[in-house]
Amino acid sequence: MDVKKPNGHGNGSKGSNEWRVKVGLAEMLKGGVIMDVTNAEQAKIAENAGACAVMALERVPSDIRKEGGVARMASIKVIREIMNMVTIPVMAKVRIGHFTEAEVLQALEVDFIDESEVLTPADEENHIWKHDYRVPFVCGARNLGEALRRIAEGAAMIRTKGEAGSGNVVEAVRHMRAIMSQMKKLTTMRDDELMREAKELGAPLELVRQIAKTRRLPVPNFSAGGIATPADAALVRRLGAEAVFVGSGIFKSSDPEARAKAIVKATTHFEDPMAVLEAHEELGEAMRGLDVRQLAEKDLLQTRGW
Amino acid sequence: MKIGILAVQGDFEAHAAMLQQLGAETREVRTATDLDGCDGLVLPGGESTTQLKFLQEEGLADKIVKFAEHGGAIFGTCAGAILLAKDVKHPAQVSLNLMDMTVVRNAYGRQIASDVVSGPTVLKKGPLEMVFIRGPVIERAGPSVKVLAEYAGKPALVQHENIMAATFHPELTDDTTVHEHFLSLAKARVKKSANGGKSST
Repeated sequence: MDVKKPNGHGNGSKGSNEWRVKVGLAEMLKGGVIMDVTNAEQAKIAENAGACAVMALERVPSDIRKEGGVARMASIKVIREIMNMVTIPVMAKVRIGHFTEAEVLQALEVDFIDESEVLTPADEENHIWKHDYRVPFVCGARNLGEALRRIAEGAAMIRTKGEAGSGNVVEAVRHMRAIMSQMKKLTTMRDDELMREAKELGAPLELVRQIAKTRRLPVPNFSAGGIATPADAALVRRLGAEAVFVGSGIFKSSDPEARAKAIVKATTHFEDPMAVLEAHEELGEAMRGLDVRQLAEKDLLQTRGW
Repeated sequence: MKIGILAVQGDFEAHAAMLQQLGAETREVRTATDLDGCDGLVLPGGESTTQLKFLQEEGLADKIVKFAEHGGAIFGTCAGAILLAKDVKHPAQVSLNLMDMTVVRNAYGRQIASDVVSGPTVLKKGPLEMVFIRGPVIERAGPSVKVLAEYAGKPALVQHENIMAATFHPELTDDTTVHEHFLSLAKARVKKSANGGKSST
């Protein structure tokens, strides 16, 4: 593939150095909030509120859920307007398995690509082979096995899937707890047990062995899917998330600017209840949430991908 | 020796890991009081716009300027270097104004231009590995600013007395040279204040 040569830095490193700068950008986003935005004006509000990056998309997940239809990569015009509006990194979503959408976003020079279950999958069998790209990828996961399969394919950041657009944090909590407890379990196992566990997880043995030693993912571990309040953000941080994505939660609330600021504050001071309390003061109504248990299996976004 | 690391947002953990490996005690700094008792402070990589807002809102900006005035050692990498610079361009942005230099943000382009390169340094023999991630460029370094390492003819690691700034990320490599130099600045400060204590009694 003919990847655009980096300007200012010679020919661009390949192999392990390329991997280091991909994970490196993910490292820079730790402790921050990545906000879904659908136009340049929202992107500016997000940046002013202290977002460390924005996710450009055509419709926020709760609207995709409501309106239905096929959800695709956002319009290039909108992504470009957002890129021109803010100086923080701009991410954009591609459909699972849609590697030419990914090539288009790389050619556009977005900073991060989210191969996302929020969009309608383009391939129900295969995810993108993400090592082929110079732009880093983030992927969703519901458990450790899924996280490790995506990392093996080249994802430089993992986020929980949660249940996007639900305004309900329960699934993000479930997924973060699953990933953390499965990692903890690996640290208690003998070498011979790790092979069996790798088989159970459906994950490469090498990564399983690595986590048995370090008890953490080899890439940053963020949370997404249903985070709607400052306390939600603090909750997933306490459970192990190193940063948070907020999708519909901000621009579907009654007070996007104040809420964006408040969630940023709570994400940084996640261990300080007084700060989270301050973040909640003077906030209006959060987005209306959905009871995930009332959703039909076919309406779940988290079951897309494997 | 205790080194504070601004833990608002960014790669503060990578700095902590490297400093601990070198035997320093580290503390995550999120409020103005967290900085009390620290001998040095690291401003890590991340997003300078995000970090700046936080410094202003938490009253940390004034506290850091005072910390520097009292001789505290400060090391800013990438976003941290932008926070330290007197002048910031592309676009213009206010700063802590602790180092006489002009910095251009995202000067190499977007993430696709991020890379691992190397450049000459006065801190050791042989080239220094440099990880640039959406890095800035030091367009101008004032006459009082010492250039400790360069990349492509531009200053990449600079020092003015107790303040250091890098446009790259030494914390994302295995080479501890730059952090060792920073700890020597912090140590010099500890010694100085210890002597000061003696002479006053």
